[in-house]
Amino acid sequence: MSTHSYKKHDDAEGGAPDKMTVFQDCLLGFNALPVSAKKCRGLLAKLLRLLYSGETFPASEATTLFFSISKLFQHKDSSLRQLVYLAIKELSLISDDVLMVTSSIMKDVQSNELVVKPNAIRTLARVLDGSTVNAAERLMKNAVVDKNPIVASAALLSSYHLLPVARDVVKRWTNETQEAVTAQKLLPSDQFALHEYYGSSNLPSATYSYQYHALGLLYLLRNHDRMSLMKMIQQLSGNNSPLKSPMAIVQLIRFVAKIAVEDPSATQALFPLLAAYLRHKSDMVELEAAKAIVALNVTPEQFLQAINTLQVLLSAPRTVTRFAAVRVLNRISMKNPEKIVVCNAELEGLVNDPNRSISTYAITTLLKTGSSDNVDRLIKTIAKFMGDISDEFKIVVVDSIRTLALKFPEKHGAMLRFLNELLRDDGGFAFKNSIVEALFDMIRFVPASRDGALEHLCEFIEDCEFTELSVRILHLLGEEGPKTNSPTLYIRHIYNRVVLENSIIRSSAVIALSKFALLGDAAIKKNIQILLTRCLNDVDDEVRDRAAWSLKLIASDLPEAQSFVSPLNYSLPVLEQQLALYVAGDKATFATPFDIHAIPVMSEAELNAIEFREKTDAEPVTEKVEEQSDLLKTSLLQQKYSQELSEIPEIAAYGSLLHSSKVVALTEKETEFVVTTVKHVFANHLLLQYDVENTLTDIELHDVTVIAQPDSDAYAEEFSMPIDVLRAESKGTIYVSYTRPTEVGTDLLAAFGNTLSFITKEVDPDTQAADPEDDGFQDEYQIEDLEVGPGDFIVPAYMANFTSIMDALPHQQSAVFNLGDGASALLDTVAKLVTSLSMLPLENSEVVDGNSHVLKLFGKTIWGGKVGVSIRLAHNAAKGTLAKVEVRAEEENVAEMVVEGIN
Amino acid sequence: MGQIVSSFTGIFSKLWGIDREIRILILGLDGAGKTTILYRLQMGEVVKTKPTIGFNVETLKYKNLTLNIWDLGGQTSIRPYWRCYYANTAAVIFVVDSTDKDRIETAAKELHLMLREEELLDSALLVFANKQDQPGAMTAAEVSQALSLTDLKDRSWSIVASSAIKGEGLSEGLDWLMDVIKEEQL
Ligand SMILES: Nc1nc2c(ncn2[C@@H]2O[C@H](COP(=O)(O)OP(=O)(O)OP(=O)(O)O)[C@@H](O)[C@H]2O)c(=O)[nH]1
Ligand SMILES: [Mg+2]
Repeated sequence: MSTHSYKKHDDAEGGAPDKMTVFQDCLLGFNALPVSAKKCRGLLAKLLRLLYSGETFPASEATTLFFSISKLFQHKDSSLRQLVYLAIKELSLISDDVLMVTSSIMKDVQSNELVVKPNAIRTLARVLDGSTVNAAERLMKNAVVDKNPIVASAALLSSYHLLPVARDVVKRWTNETQEAVTAQKLLPSDQFALHEYYGSSNLPSATYSYQYHALGLLYLLRNHDRMSLMKMIQQLSGNNSPLKSPMAIVQLIRFVAKIAVEDPSATQALFPLLAAYLRHKSDMVELEAAKAIVALNVTPEQFLQAINTLQVLLSAPRTVTRFAAVRVLNRISMKNPEKIVVCNAELEGLVNDPNRSISTYAITTLLKTGSSDNVDRLIKTIAKFMGDISDEFKIVVVDSIRTLALKFPEKHGAMLRFLNELLRDDGGFAFKNSIVEALFDMIRFVPASRDGALEHLCEFIEDCEFTELSVRILHLLGEEGPKTNSPTLYIRHIYNRVVLENSIIRSSAVIALSKFALLGDAAIKKNIQILLTRCLNDVDDEVRDRAAWSLKLIASDLPEAQSFVSPLNYSLPVLEQQLALYVAGDKATFATPFDIHAIPVMSEAELNAIEFREKTDAEPVTEKVEEQSDLLKTSLLQQKYSQELSEIPEIAAYGSLLHSSKVVALTEKETEFVVTTVKHVFANHLLLQYDVENTLTDIELHDVTVIAQPDSDAYAEEFSMPIDVLRAESKGTIYVSYTRPTEVGTDLLAAFGNTLSFITKEVDPDTQAADPEDDGFQDEYQIEDLEVGPGDFIVPAYMANFTSIMDALPHQQSAVFNLGDGASALLDTVAKLVTSLSMLPLENSEVVDGNSHVLKLFGKTIWGGKVGVSIRLAHNAAKGTLAKVEVRAEEENVAEMVVEGIN
Repeated sequence: MGQIVSSFTGIFSKLWGIDREIRILILGLDGAGKTTILYRLQMGEVVKTKPTIGFNVETLKYKNLTLNIWDLGGQTSIRPYWRCYYANTAAVIFVVDSTDKDRIETAAKELHLMLREEELLDSALLVFANKQDQPGAMTAAEVSQALSLTDLKDRSWSIVASSAIKGEGLSEGLDWLMDVIKEEQL
């Protein structure tokens, strides 16, 4: 629209009419006699416009306004009355005196004037307070069961607003609300009453939305009573359900799902209820049921039922339905892509959906579901339409391909080809960057793809318009090129850049080149020196500087030169934490320089393990918090423990902390005394850290200790540090230390029987302390046993090529176990194994697909040796879960210990 | 045709000043019978009432006059708000529960407090000594005495014994009021 054709309204300039003018006009108009309904409506509309646009009045002005508006009750015009209600509702937020209209409103609520009745009800809820709400009880009850659905809805919604004001009073109309949920109310045929709601001549005879409102209210009223909630759900679901409103059913499904999430043991009992809604005439309902089911811990068959519904919805005519369905599937694909492969045909159909959001989801979902069988075909499909889509969208695709490449390393050929094609296409920086990132990741995590990927990158920089990308690629060539079999090839490519490019690229090329000189190959070194010497004549000083510096370094033969090629990988989070600590110290701390050696250095493998995790880890499908073995968090936590423990002299003497377990709960969370423990492993010792919380308010504990009895002689108690006084509602820590077997082997495995022992004293509520005269009384409290397993001596580690590393490890042990009746799904078994062995699942093998599965785990022992575990799991109903375990380790006896531990 | 008639009556009523609405307040302590009186006047019957939280306002025709009657709640919490409705008031009907001897003093205090308000200086005052049907009710004279009505200067006032339940005294009081208003204010 051109600015010239813009038609100015009289008040358009300032956005809204002037506040003071409106205020004055309103007072004049509302107080005038006789009341002019038409004029006052206009004034109220202006006032409302101000209020709705966020304008507000000081309390005193709002009150003045309110009283003048209240005088309009003398006029019976119902359109005027409607606006009066709207205005009072707004002013009720600012002015405290609105109770003055209570009686007048109640009169309208009792009237049969349909136009104002719902408005009156809604306003009533705003003016009532704790002292007046009782007077409205009868009215509200009647309105809730009113046969007019619009009146009922108004009353139900108003009840929500009244809940915080007077919950007990609202509770008194629980029965009426219940009645409203199940009632079948038709809209009045009176057109006048309807027109404000629908404004159309094609009117429905019922919407049943009051059921939705009533259900929501009922839930709030019963929220704290699980039994009556269950009863309500039972009554409202099933074949004879009185619920007609799809929104109400959706709400019901959510309530059911919430119960199931909070109490997983109820899932199976509730499932049929949800499943019944997978076929429904409203797609909204079907969708919600499917969504609820996939978020629960259900059997694969049950899960599939939900997926089938989503599958059908993918072809629904309504765009929003297709969108919602594909979105749910996309979420599932992040975590469990294998579960939705059945939808692949439909998803492929959606790739060309006219709605961009739908097609994006379809493609990314497809890429996630790609299995090693269909990846090739998928990539071909995608390649076909890549030309038609925008950069932004291409980036999403490339990111998915990248994840896929890490998941299916053996498919690297097809992926490389695909990425290379894209690299040649036109595209902006962000898009090209995403491709380069993908290639970088492949080089790092899929060793077999390295040479191919490097070659593509070399070609790319021949004709690359983005300096930044060229620089990064040159850096990578400098890192990776020397490791390849044909370093000279890369030297040539890099040197070409020195000749042809701008100074920024030239200087990075210089550094990249210099790295080849440190390979240890004399001929190459000589050549590089010649090339770098040429660079000394470059027109750009940065290039000359770098060349001169590199030449010097190469000639020096210093050992530091090597660290220039492969710099140390400090654990950055730990470094950051330690630096922060150092900086936070007082002046004295600065007397000693910061000790970089205290920062753990990560090997390339460890670094890769962390990043591999981050890159392949998808967001969890459900809201529940999942215990993810996050290597980073673990290392930070370890750092914290080690700090705390080193402050205790006895423990500091044990040397450095080699391994700390996760926190293990030894009691339920809701008991009187909540005990958790952490196992710390030192070179010759095992230290058990028991954290005890006294949740009682009137008892304090003295001499609190844990009597921990190992079932093996290999562990001997060295000392125990009790808690002297554990006050009411407080926490404390007990340490119990053992000497442990130093030899690797099954001797290390043990179980500790634990008993909490203490003296209880009653707390005087006045003084908040126990009577010093009180001798208290000795008591014991049984807590759960604690296992020390192989996982306590292993840290997760990453290995790019699991199978070949496994084969190279000298010590091997294998066994077959029956892990019991497998009532818990394979997924649970896998999760348990991963945590208990404290190893890193590789090749995506923590994702269970079907009834049999191979779990591949890798880690390093605290003695430094590699250990790999391959567990073939098969589940069948008759025999339970069978596990064929193969363990290979670098050190002797490790394999035996792990096998024994799994058993 | 209708048009002509109505415009004719329009002129006619202007002459007589009866198209103006006459604004009347009914005040008094809670439970005095204000709401009962209002609806008795409007509908001619006794309605079941609840304590008024705020006010009731009704328009009614009385002897060719249009009355705009405001019945304000008498509870302590609501009395402070009476003054918000004083403007343009032709008359105040003050209702007293004649059986409530304990609070007659309070009623007197509220009455005089109200009459001191500038906006009500020109308003006529009609007092209903209500609930006369009840045994032991104070007579109109006793109520008048307790309210010190005779102290009132420069104001037309009258006290009438009434029973809203039986409908007694109401029209008598209102008739007096209409006469005064016609005389003084139209
Ligand atoms: N016996 C008797 N009872 C009356 C009479 N007038 C009113 N009542 C009763 O007195 C009670 C209070 O009457 P209301 O009209 O609600 O009193 P009110 O003055 O409006 O009270 P608030 O609204 O609280 O200020 C009701 O139970 C009436 O039935 C009367 O003349 N005789
Ligand atoms: Mg009343």
